[in-house]
Amino acid sequence: MTRVLVVDDEPNIVLSLEFLMRQAGFDVTTAGDGESALEQVQQQPPDLVLLDISLPGLSGFEVLERLRAQPEHARLPIIMLTAHGREVEREKGLALGADDYVTKPFSTQQLVEKVKQLLGLAN
Amino acid sequence: MKWEALLFVVAFGYLALLFVIAAWADRRAEKGHSVIGSPLVYTLSIAVYCTAWTFYGSVGRASHYGPAFLSIYLGPTLAMLFGWMLLRRMVRIARAQRITSIADFISTRYGKSDSLGALVTLVAVIGIMPYIALQLKAITFSHAVLTAYPAEAQTNLIAAGVLSDKSFWVALVLAVFIILFGTRHLDASERHEGMVAAIAFESMIKLLAFLAVGLFATFTLFGSPGELLQRAATLPELDEGFGIAAVPGGAGGWVGSLLLAGLAFFTLPRQFQVLVIENVDERHIRRASWLFPLYLLAINLFVIPIALAGLLLGNAAGNPDSFVLTIGLAAGPDWLPLLAFIGGLSAATGMMIVETIALSTMISNHLVMPLLLRLRWLHLDSRRELSGLILGVRRIAIILILLLGYLYHALIGESYSLVTIGLVSFAAAAQFAPSLLLGLYWRGAARRGAAAGLIGGILVWAYTLLLPGFAQSGWLDARLLSDGAFGLAWLRPYALFGLEGWDIYSHALFWSLLVNVGLLVGVSLFSRQNRLEQTQAALFTGNLHPDLLPTSLWQGETLRGELRALLNRYLGAVATARLIPRGKGEPDDTLPATQEQISAAEQALAGALGGASARVLINSVVRGEALDLEAVLSILDTTSQTLEYNRRLEQKSHELARIGAELRRANEQLRELDRLKDEFVAMVSHELRTPLTSIRAFAEILRDSPDVDVAQRTHFLEIVVRESERLSRLIEEILDLARLESGRMPLNPEPLDLAGLARQSTEAVGHLCRERGVELEVDLPEDGAPVVADPDRLQQVIINLLDNASKFAARPDGRISLHLAPHKGHWQLSVEDNGGGIAEEEWEKVFEKFHQVEQTGDSNGTRPRGTGLGLPISRGIVANLGGRLWIEKSRRLGGARFVIELPEAPPQSGQDPDAQWLPAS
Repeated sequence: MTRVLVVDDEPNIVLSLEFLMRQAGFDVTTAGDGESALEQVQQQPPDLVLLDISLPGLSGFEVLERLRAQPEHARLPIIMLTAHGREVEREKGLALGADDYVTKPFSTQQLVEKVKQLLGLAN
Repeated sequence: MKWEALLFVVAFGYLALLFVIAAWADRRAEKGHSVIGSPLVYTLSIAVYCTAWTFYGSVGRASHYGPAFLSIYLGPTLAMLFGWMLLRRMVRIARAQRITSIADFISTRYGKSDSLGALVTLVAVIGIMPYIALQLKAITFSHAVLTAYPAEAQTNLIAAGVLSDKSFWVALVLAVFIILFGTRHLDASERHEGMVAAIAFESMIKLLAFLAVGLFATFTLFGSPGELLQRAATLPELDEGFGIAAVPGGAGGWVGSLLLAGLAFFTLPRQFQVLVIENVDERHIRRASWLFPLYLLAINLFVIPIALAGLLLGNAAGNPDSFVLTIGLAAGPDWLPLLAFIGGLSAATGMMIVETIALSTMISNHLVMPLLLRLRWLHLDSRRELSGLILGVRRIAIILILLLGYLYHALIGESYSLVTIGLVSFAAAAQFAPSLLLGLYWRGAARRGAAAGLIGGILVWAYTLLLPGFAQSGWLDARLLSDGAFGLAWLRPYALFGLEGWDIYSHALFWSLLVNVGLLVGVSLFSRQNRLEQTQAALFTGNLHPDLLPTSLWQGETLRGELRALLNRYLGAVATARLIPRGKGEPDDTLPATQEQISAAEQALAGALGGASARVLINSVVRGEALDLEAVLSILDTTSQTLEYNRRLEQKSHELARIGAELRRANEQLRELDRLKDEFVAMVSHELRTPLTSIRAFAEILRDSPDVDVAQRTHFLEIVVRESERLSRLIEEILDLARLESGRMPLNPEPLDLAGLARQSTEAVGHLCRERGVELEVDLPEDGAPVVADPDRLQQVIINLLDNASKFAARPDGRISLHLAPHKGHWQLSVEDNGGGIAEEEWEKVFEKFHQVEQTGDSNGTRPRGTGLGLPISRGIVANLGGRLWIEKSRRLGGARFVIELPEAPPQSGQDPDAQWLPAS
């Protein structure tokens, strides 16, 4: 089963993403900060990561960088989530190897479509 | 005797008033509101021409010779009416060359010659001495007339001894006054604005006083001018006097004194000072060219009526020179002679002030300082402080000039009438005219010629006017007059080379000017001008535009650094930077100075020290001769007129620099604030987006998923509601913060009991604590804690702190406490918890906006999140209520301790005035 890792420090957002991913037919694991996100990736390697940028401790960018530094995760699809609407962050995320970038608040339908697209499940 | 004390008081009061006017004008000038920038003031300052000689002497002369006195005023009238273009030319040259006096003007014209400057100064001092004597005589004379009346004034000085001689004391008092008046700013420059203002004032006073006497004599005493003339027609004096024929020397005498007065009008040091040096706007000259003749007309209008009235009063009026005073004494109200006395005093002091200041400047700039510059053995360079020396030179000069005047007065004054003394000085001053005027029109006029002419002229003057004065006073053998020197008849002073039948002044003027001009022209034709002379001659005669100064004026070479050091010392850093700007690249102090730079430096120095001294200074740098640089620099350090001006400029530029720095700082602050604002906006948008994200996500889920079960649906809806509430709270807090920061937070302070308010707050958070499993301890004083505060806002703060504490208290077994106690006139309310505490370096950061508290030992992120605005808002509220809010470590519980400190309110009693503003409750 396709597994999606949801990383966000805001419990309600994690809850909504978890619900959406399950509804779309994915297995979901969650993490509330950068450190545990990296642990989750090791323990239960996901097929896609929804990664918030502003996390306590390690930031989303740092998590992204570390993942990309590992050869086995070099091609892991990662979608960055951010509540900052700034263009520089989007560019920074893409430069660091993110596959897509979604600004909060997002459209749930579009998010699900993006996830499916990246997983090659889109019709 | 009644006059004795009164005159004393009046005279001193008047001098004090002058002093105040000068100080006031100086102050205005410093503030940039010059009071002398009008043609009227210029005209009135020129009227320093009318001295005590005019005030008393004109009437005396008119009594003897009728209208003959007028020639003294017609000369300047014609000079002003037709010579204003000449005057304008002198003003322009003086400005371009930074001339400081007539000695400087002549010295600069003839190649910046020291010796010529010194010569002019000497001649001026010797020549003007009698004139100053005249003023002293007038003051003591008027005093004597008033105190001795109705007896004839006794002013026989020497008989009574110097120390009991009033005019000696008058001279001393005036010396002190002029030193105070004219050397107030000597330390840095000569500020003459105040002097000009005071002189203009004096000119008004003397005119008013004279007109008052004249009107009284004509209209009060004799009813009308017609009646006065009718009655005067019977006077025997009228037959012999009052006609051209009565003028000594006849028509020739008229022409002679006309010419004499016309020349002296320009060449008397004080006239040159007010006409040329003190001119602030050359357009004033044009207006003054008819305003000044009007002034002369006004002050002469009543001379004849007063003379006639005096003669008609006969013995009651006494000496014609004193008619102005005695007419009032004999037949008028008491204030009239007093007013006349003040008028005479103003006429005399005006002349003495300007003349003495002009002469003392000349003496220090052209006699003493050039001498000191040359005397290496004085070792002036070993003396650090030379301003005292220069101050001394000027002051001694002032005292010396006045004492010389006194001496002349004491030795010779008695045998001459007022007018006679004045004309002697006029004739001396007229000796400057040939070198001055020819120098302006004839390029060939050379330094040696000017010096020879001046020496020759003044010798003739001395022989034909000064020595006869000594002879008449008995100090020389009287046979000099009748038989001539060495018994040679053709050497008789009043009939040189057999020229007889002229009045003595025309006679002296004719011979002295003939010799003067003859030598000037003759010697000039046969002497070679050096290069500098040629240049200056070309500049003064208008054959060379100042902009076309030849660049090879200086033969020698110097380094830019040396030139800068010299200028810096005299003119200040700003002027130096302007005159010799630094290149953009590396320091160019070691490069040779260009000829333009040397010339520019010299010009600037000339304005401060006079042309000759400037040349010596430049010489010392350029050729390294005579004195080493340091010595030159220490001399004259403080005489500069431009130094203070430049110092002010420098102050201004410092001020500008300071303002510039302030602006830069303010700009940086603004930029920082702008950056903070951007950051704030970004953070606000981030914080708003977070709850909005949950709301939108769950709303869309509920919309798109009709099959969600009821329990889950309810849970999601609850989240939407909670997040909406969070959003509203956030917006409220952001608004609060904005109000606090802009100072528009509406606070309603009132006297209240802090203990009661704290208790209410604990009740509000009671259920929250129970929910979180936190134990709350409360310790409040029982008899209340009076403070002045806004209850709603303060409660908001307390609840916020309690809420925070309960959030961060330990889990499980959380404990928080609320404690209130007095402390040094304040109440301290503290909220503590037993959580992980806050690291000390975070203590201030927690009060920053949107800062999320990360308590130590809390890494699992399970704590409820705040907005990050509660603490900044709380601190803002407490600060606005006049208190403080800070954080420290809780010693009792081990976690964080937040302390609110508010000032203790004054006891609430009706008598306390401080409590009156409090709303009645």
